[in-house]
Amino acid sequence: MLEARDLSIGYGKMPLGIGLSVTVRPGEILCLLGPNGCGKTTLFRTLLGLLPQLGGSVLLNGQPISAMTRARIAQAIAYVPQAHAPPFPFEALEVVLMGRTARLGAFAQPGKTDRAAARDALRRLGIQDLAHRDYSRLSGGQRQLVLIARALAQQAALIVMDEPTASLDFGNQAQVLAQIETLTRSATAEGHGVILSTHDPDQAFALNARVLLMHRGGVLADGPAADVLTEANLSTVYGLPVTVETTSSGRRICLPSLRQSAPTMTSEALTMA
Amino acid sequence: MGRGTTADVDLPRPGRTLTGALAVVLALLAFGAVMIGPYGLTPGQVLSALLGQGDRQAQIVVWNIRLPRVGAALLVGAALAAAGASYQALFRNPLVSPDILGVSAGAGLGAVAGIFLSLPVAAIQGAAFAGGMAAVGVVMLVGAMVRHTDRTLTLVLIGVVVGALAGAVTSLLKVMADPYDQLPAITFWLLGSLASITTRDILPALPTVLVGLIPLALLRWRINVLSLGDEEARALGIEAGRTRFVVIAAATLITASVTALAGVVGWVGLVIPHVARMLVGPGFGRLLPASALIGAGYLLIVDTLARTIAAVEVPLGVLTAVIGAPFFVWLLARGRRGWS
Repeated sequence: MLEARDLSIGYGKMPLGIGLSVTVRPGEILCLLGPNGCGKTTLFRTLLGLLPQLGGSVLLNGQPISAMTRARIAQAIAYVPQAHAPPFPFEALEVVLMGRTARLGAFAQPGKTDRAAARDALRRLGIQDLAHRDYSRLSGGQRQLVLIARALAQQAALIVMDEPTASLDFGNQAQVLAQIETLTRSATAEGHGVILSTHDPDQAFALNARVLLMHRGGVLADGPAADVLTEANLSTVYGLPVTVETTSSGRRICLPSLRQSAPTMTSEALTMA
Repeated sequence: MGRGTTADVDLPRPGRTLTGALAVVLALLAFGAVMIGPYGLTPGQVLSALLGQGDRQAQIVVWNIRLPRVGAALLVGAALAAAGASYQALFRNPLVSPDILGVSAGAGLGAVAGIFLSLPVAAIQGAAFAGGMAAVGVVMLVGAMVRHTDRTLTLVLIGVVVGALAGAVTSLLKVMADPYDQLPAITFWLLGSLASITTRDILPALPTVLVGLIPLALLRWRINVLSLGDEEARALGIEAGRTRFVVIAAATLITASVTALAGVVGWVGLVIPHVARMLVGPGFGRLLPASALIGAGYLLIVDTLARTIAAVEVPLGVLTAVIGAPFFVWLLARGRRGWS
């Protein structure tokens, strides 16, 4: 379990957000929503211990993360960055194997167990046929799935995903979301706890996730998607009228009002969007 | 490897067989290089000389002239290519060469100062080694003091600055040096050469190169992970700063050792890791030995050319640049594989 209390985040001495409290438990999806520049990535980096916290505390299974080694943190939390192009053409399987690093000694090579875990992770995501393909030549959606497989191979209880569906096409977005959903319902006793950031509130509804809505460096609301993603809250955060409708299948979707916002769209609002 | 544009190709990743084949080719090349020279030897003469038999003159040529030179070429080539492969992985950039942090510039300054002060050969080599290590030491020290989020970029930029400073002082010494006695020696050293190498020159470099190679070989998996970038490596459980320090220290030790021996030999550490990566892929566990073997063979060929194609010795740095530069353009032109 990851628990941040009264957290201040930012670079240097300038806080980007203060008084943030975040809790993630195994088997739970926490969806982080907020406009560009509200501090989602900074919050992630702080929760992962990659960036020192400016105040408050981050506790991983009850222990302060600031006192833990990188290996111990990595055994408990896996990080899935946005799909990237690495400088060298590693095989997808090699990329997944890198998730085993925290469980290897400093001078050790991944062995049979690690290969089995990596192949198993690829299989769970249904991408075992990518194993020997050049990762740098995969599509964005395939790369994202490989990075999720790497997080699975890491066998950490919590997975942090930075905009896992950014820059993916419509079909790949749905595929990646479906995989994220299954992670929380794992074959093991407890599923993974997942924190992810997104720009699409509909995804929070689709995942039936808990939502943390960030606004001006603080938490505006925290709770089930249906309670947090109200028309009023979304309008406040994104600075334009938003309507929330229920489809005939019972799912909620958010619709920004383009017409009403057009005349009031100032340059400031544009930079926020 | 003329693969098409399709993204659906499987990567062939030959492993031990290829490394073994490279080692065999290297042994044959070395044997051939011992035969070639102004005093030509037949394979039989070389064999019996190696066994301490036969023609007395052939024995002297083999043991006192050819073998030290062949050994030095193998050592320098292997070391520069291994260091280059490490730096490229660490700086996540295939365009990086071993002198990125100023080791060559520092070694050059040390050697030029030694020549300028008319020091004995061993002292000049010592000064070159110390200069190379000191230059990178300064870069690491300043890098630790500068607060910047991108550690790697900070190091590269400080490396450029320190290299430029060392280059400026080197130029000043060249202006002040005796133009008939010291300046030719300085120029020759800065272009790299194995012309006057003896066994006694090689022996001090051998242990330091080995000491540098050991951590690189041990950390081979972590070096792969580090090539994903600091933040990701840390998220995967590596203390990135500490690991990077060890790798830089090891690669610098290797480069400074052989630069003190052979002078500034460019292009080997830049080009050879590419060739190796094309053959065995980017996994450092295979890349390190492949780079070392290919680098050794390459410099052996270049050095044999350097001592045979003309009546006078051609500086090594000139040949490696003449061969390396067009090869590099060809690598660039043939596309993205091994790049990004």
